[in-house]
Amino acid sequence: MTYTLEGNTGIWEIVVGLEVHAQVISQSKLFSGASTLFGGEPNSHVSLIDAGFPGMLPVINQECVRQAVRTGLGLKAHINLESRFDRKNYFYADLPTGYQISQFEHPIIGTGIVLIELSDGSTREIGITRLHLEQDAGKLMHDQDPKRSFVDLNRAGVALMEIVSEPDIRSPEEAGAYLRKLRQILRYLGTCDGNMEEGSMRADVNVSVRKAGEPFRTRCEIKNVNSIRFVMQAIEIEATRQIEIWEAGGEVDQETRLFDPNKGETRSLRSKEDAHDYRYFPDPDLLPLVIEQDWVDQLKQTLPELPDEKRARFQQEYGITAYDAGVLVAEQPTADFYERVAKGRDGKSASAWVTGDFFAALNRTGKSIEESPVSSENLGAMLDLIADGTINGKIAKDVLETMFETGEAPLEIVERKGLRQVTDTGALETAADDIITKHADKVAEYRGGKDKLFGFFVGQMMKATGGKANPAIVNDILRKKLDA
Amino acid sequence: MLTDLTIAQAADGLRKKDFSAVELTLAHTTAIEALNGRLNAYITPMPDKALDAATKADAALAVGEAPVLTGIPLGVKDLFCTDGVKTTAASKILANFIPPYESTVTAKLLKNGAIFLGKTNLDEFAMGSANLTSAFGEVENPWHRANDPSPLVPGGSSGGSAAAVAAHLAMGATGTDTGGSIRQPAAYCGIVGLKPTYGRCSRWGTIAFASSLDQAGPMTRTVEDAAIMLGAMAGHDPKDSTSANLPVPDYRAACGRSLKGLRVGIPAEYRASGMSEEILAVWQKGIDMLREAGCEIVDVSLPHTKYGLATYYIIAPAECSSNLARYDGVRFGVRAEGATSLDEMYEKTRHDGFGEEVRRRILVGTYVLSAGYYDAYYLKAQKVRTLIRRDFTEAFEKVDVLLTPTAPTAAFRRDEKPVDPVQMYLNDVFTVPASMAGQPGMSLPIGLDSQGLPLGLQLIGRHFDEETLIAVGSGLEKAAGFTARPDLRAGADA
Repeated sequence: MTYTLEGNTGIWEIVVGLEVHAQVISQSKLFSGASTLFGGEPNSHVSLIDAGFPGMLPVINQECVRQAVRTGLGLKAHINLESRFDRKNYFYADLPTGYQISQFEHPIIGTGIVLIELSDGSTREIGITRLHLEQDAGKLMHDQDPKRSFVDLNRAGVALMEIVSEPDIRSPEEAGAYLRKLRQILRYLGTCDGNMEEGSMRADVNVSVRKAGEPFRTRCEIKNVNSIRFVMQAIEIEATRQIEIWEAGGEVDQETRLFDPNKGETRSLRSKEDAHDYRYFPDPDLLPLVIEQDWVDQLKQTLPELPDEKRARFQQEYGITAYDAGVLVAEQPTADFYERVAKGRDGKSASAWVTGDFFAALNRTGKSIEESPVSSENLGAMLDLIADGTINGKIAKDVLETMFETGEAPLEIVERKGLRQVTDTGALETAADDIITKHADKVAEYRGGKDKLFGFFVGQMMKATGGKANPAIVNDILRKKLDA
Repeated sequence: MLTDLTIAQAADGLRKKDFSAVELTLAHTTAIEALNGRLNAYITPMPDKALDAATKADAALAVGEAPVLTGIPLGVKDLFCTDGVKTTAASKILANFIPPYESTVTAKLLKNGAIFLGKTNLDEFAMGSANLTSAFGEVENPWHRANDPSPLVPGGSSGGSAAAVAAHLAMGATGTDTGGSIRQPAAYCGIVGLKPTYGRCSRWGTIAFASSLDQAGPMTRTVEDAAIMLGAMAGHDPKDSTSANLPVPDYRAACGRSLKGLRVGIPAEYRASGMSEEILAVWQKGIDMLREAGCEIVDVSLPHTKYGLATYYIIAPAECSSNLARYDGVRFGVRAEGATSLDEMYEKTRHDGFGEEVRRRILVGTYVLSAGYYDAYYLKAQKVRTLIRRDFTEAFEKVDVLLTPTAPTAAFRRDEKPVDPVQMYLNDVFTVPASMAGQPGMSLPIGLDSQGLPLGLQLIGRHFDEETLIAVGSGLEKAAGFTARPDLRAGADA
């Protein structure tokens, strides 16, 4: 499915590359022992190093390196055993040392791949150019005082992974799919919580347009977009803006822009001429970062199963469709829940119940799967009750409902409410005889050829037994009596 | 006089109860009070804290098992952050800065029982070779030319430490050396200055000038004292990623070690044209003394020496331009008033706060790192630095230690200060190459020139082989028998 935009001069293709800043999950910051907890009092998680005090020196946090390597492995990327930290120099009040420690020339992770799935079922590979470690900056607060601004350094020095994609993305949908997939991988690895609202994942979007077969034209970078929806909107709006410029005979300037979701426009932040000269140079306070292949191999072995692999395995092991498998692996806790339910049971039936009534009930009650009052054990036990004929599917829906309300085990509910399926043929035959007598007219119609009325009799049977009748036995008895 | 003692002698006397730490400290604080007004060696004397510490030292000595420097009064270059004590780097921009932490080096000295007499003067942010750039006034060299009372510079940047030790206003002092800032003032003031191997002493808590070069070291009146102090300052620090994880040897044990069969290299390139006959003579004297002591004298070549200064004055400013970016008036230090925007606040704060030389180096450093100039300057300088390092590696395949002059001249008069900053930079010509290569270097006084000013020689050693420097230094010291003292000193008739 090719996405294009139609201008006055014809069809335009868009070219997008994404730079994602993902906050590393770690106890302490990239180069200091200060906590990375989100949302403390301003300046409560700040060490002297983070505040850039005289004589303070950075020391690399091994945990952040481990997380970056694990992420690299998850992106099937090249791991650079030797990398280096550089200083990116610029003045701003949220940057205490006047430089950000980053990796410019020699990042820790090289080229990798992210496989994205699109709505039409097709897949595409998006190339990863690199991943590097760097420090986050602090935060300025302009709303505390009429004349002054305040600085909160809680976030200053927190480790970020900058994950740069190749300009392989060709539509807003692909950009969205890429971000969702990347977030899914990071969450599976536990290397970033992917929470865009809290800013622990942010994207810079590089957009250009071109006619089919052309080389790349000038791109613009849209900074710090903080939701997937906004990224998709920003791409379309920016591409449209650029097409208008080109078609009016103008020239797109390489510049940094901001996306304003309220006005639905991007606007210039700074032009190429005003771009900072960051004066990158190797940080003399830090030695080159050298890691061992053995350690990388060890990390690789202990990596969790990732979404692509899990999805393939679910399809194969549980016989479910690619679509259902995709839904189930979207979040790791869901995949784990499903797998506990499906283990040793009918995988398709487990999938139908988990993605069907169970998800619906979660949605209705606004609960996450971790908060579900129905445990995977109890949902599994319910499937067992269906399988062994204790209850039928219809009753099961009611039982699940009650399980959500009370958290009880299904068997308890079945016993308490007397919901066991009626399989007593004698009782069912008596009920059938009553119904046939009561509805002699319908019986005549049925026997006269109105086959559809069979369902009516089944319904009457269910009504008479409070839904508890075993549907197969009911069918047998009715056929026997009506067709006799 | 108590102020005439060496650290080794005083440590002995304290243990023998010949005198108390309070008496020893009081002798020094009294001398500081008498002379600091003129010498300006200390920016911040701390007599009360020193006496409190001396009382505690006496208590520790009375109990016994007091560590090596217990009760020894020292000066601390005002570049080492000291907990609760103003630390200025001799800059207006830090005029009000009181660190809430203690640098690793000074913490180690305190742990070893040392008493701090105060914070010594220096060139602003350690940038200078004559102690003329301090925001808190020039330091006067305690030495004077015969029949010429004009003040001489003490060298720099650790000029306050050098002057304090030479004038007996401290038994020893910490210095830092980036391109010669321990060795050159030690030579100008007739004392011993030891710059250890890069990575030997932690840089944590020491205000940075050029991170890949900065190294702390002792400044003392004898080689043995330097060995004692270094032993207390050195060692691995997990808080400094560039500090070496190596055991600290017993440096003092290297004093007096036999020099027989030691190969001493004389680098041809250090015979710079225009060097005074007197410097050449003192160098020859050093060579003769070492030959006498049984050393083998070997001619060596360090072919890239001539690029040392130019390379240094690219790399050091580049690093300083970045290191000093944190002095922006936002979080600590002095902030200029009256600015109406963030950029204006930066500009005013940094213009008012930094002196001319610091501003010059920040500008040079910013320039050499800029897009379009980086390759031609910074990257090229890094390549040359590798060649300079290789020069030393190759030389040390042939010899155990190098002997050179420390500086091209003796101390000069303030009014003889070169107008051209590049001329000023030439003072570092002999000290910079070892800094660039991370080698340890030591300057010690050998004799006086015709005007009665001390001249020093420099020993350069293998990486982490300070012991050989100390062994050779103590041999040279003994042979030279340098006992001259400056006219301005504690107890001298002024």
